[in-house]
Amino acid sequence: MAAASMMPIFSQNVSSNSDLVPEWSRQEVSTGTTIMAVEYDGGVVVGADSRTTTGAYIANRVTDKLTRIHDRIYCCRSGSAADTQAIAEVVSYQLGFHSIELDEPPLVETAAHLFRASCYRYREELMAGILVAGWDRRKGGQVYCVPIGGMLVRQPVSVGGSGSSYIYGFMDSNYKPGLSKDQCLDLTTKALTLAMERDGSSGGVVRLATISEDGVERRVILGDQLPKFSTH
Amino acid sequence: MLGEEAEPQWISEEVKTGTTIIAIEFNGGVVLGSDSRVSAGDSVVNRVMNKLSPLHDKIYCALSGSAADAQTIAEMVNYQLDVHSLEIDEDPQVRSAATLVKNISYKYKEELSAHLIVAGWDRRDGGQVFATLGGLLTRQPFAIGGSGSSYVYGFVDAEYRRGMTKEECQKFVVNTLALAMNRDGSSGGVAYIVTIDEHSTDEKVILGNDLPTFFDQ
Repeated sequence: MAAASMMPIFSQNVSSNSDLVPEWSRQEVSTGTTIMAVEYDGGVVVGADSRTTTGAYIANRVTDKLTRIHDRIYCCRSGSAADTQAIAEVVSYQLGFHSIELDEPPLVETAAHLFRASCYRYREELMAGILVAGWDRRKGGQVYCVPIGGMLVRQPVSVGGSGSSYIYGFMDSNYKPGLSKDQCLDLTTKALTLAMERDGSSGGVVRLATISEDGVERRVILGDQLPKFSTH
Repeated sequence: MLGEEAEPQWISEEVKTGTTIIAIEFNGGVVLGSDSRVSAGDSVVNRVMNKLSPLHDKIYCALSGSAADAQTIAEMVNYQLDVHSLEIDEDPQVRSAATLVKNISYKYKEELSAHLIVAGWDRRDGGQVFATLGGLLTRQPFAIGGSGSSYVYGFVDAEYRRGMTKEECQKFVVNTLALAMNRDGSSGGVAYIVTIDEHSTDEKVILGNDLPTFFDQ
């Protein structure tokens, strides 16, 4: 499974006339990140950290990386903040239009394919790793992974972003098919916390959203309420 | 231009033990574990290499990074430790072995690219694990290293508890290795486990199909 593994890029500046302007203002804004999405019977749970960095400066420590694409379809963004915001806006527009034409709520698979179409066509210019997750009447809860390069694959559970490397082992050992909604929330919270502890580009708060037939339920877990592990 | 390679990659590529290694301390000893894959570029040049190398009867080190560098450091320290233990006329301390490794790793840090985890048992402090990455020396309750370790930081952070028994530590090591070997392309093959305590040094191999499996297998 390809991983949208992101390392922040620190450019080495040797010239001295850049002393007047801080280093971080010359760096690209990146959501070096940890994102996760899990399917359960009846919906999906999505989660993300909340750190956006420009170089070593944290430009936003309370970012919302869980972006609404449609009523029951969200995406988790990792990579370049600008690229992912732009793609998400384009796809929201396209999906909204498509849904009106269809006179029906759109399918998660359709949203995922729209993301893939943009990410693949402009793969040389973009740096975007996206998880598309939501609920529709046809297939229930679904998670689709669109990593850098523009692949598309459906998976029961998926992680992305620079922090994701550290939690593959945890995810493999703790996920089982048939988890309940609360177990998925617990798994996501723990996984994101572990990644945030190890990855310098991930941190802040944990944002979660549960998407099901009944709607979208969002919550935030603040720093002091995150689970604690014995090595910390 | 014809895109045919003049020679296969493995002839020119450096041989690396892109790897997963782990060592963990329990009350009365240590458990070390490693995978068995050695790669040169895309080729696996040895699929059954034991990366747990003895430095002394009750002190082992786990090798990762450049295979040549790691093996050379281990051999040098093995020799130095033999001499040292003759001079003091008793079994060497784990800390001494780790310091010898650290001295080489630090002095030649620009030239070498290997990371050794040193673990063992001695009479003075019981089971100990030392990390020597980049030339530092630090004692830890457990240590992981190698390319595959990135994937299991979350797992070990979540699963480690203080005061685990020997059997729990062995299971912990096997699970960690299996998870890392599943995700890291540079780790694989079989798992080697070494358990060192006051009474014995026990080496074990776990073949591929006997390793624990997870939900997607």
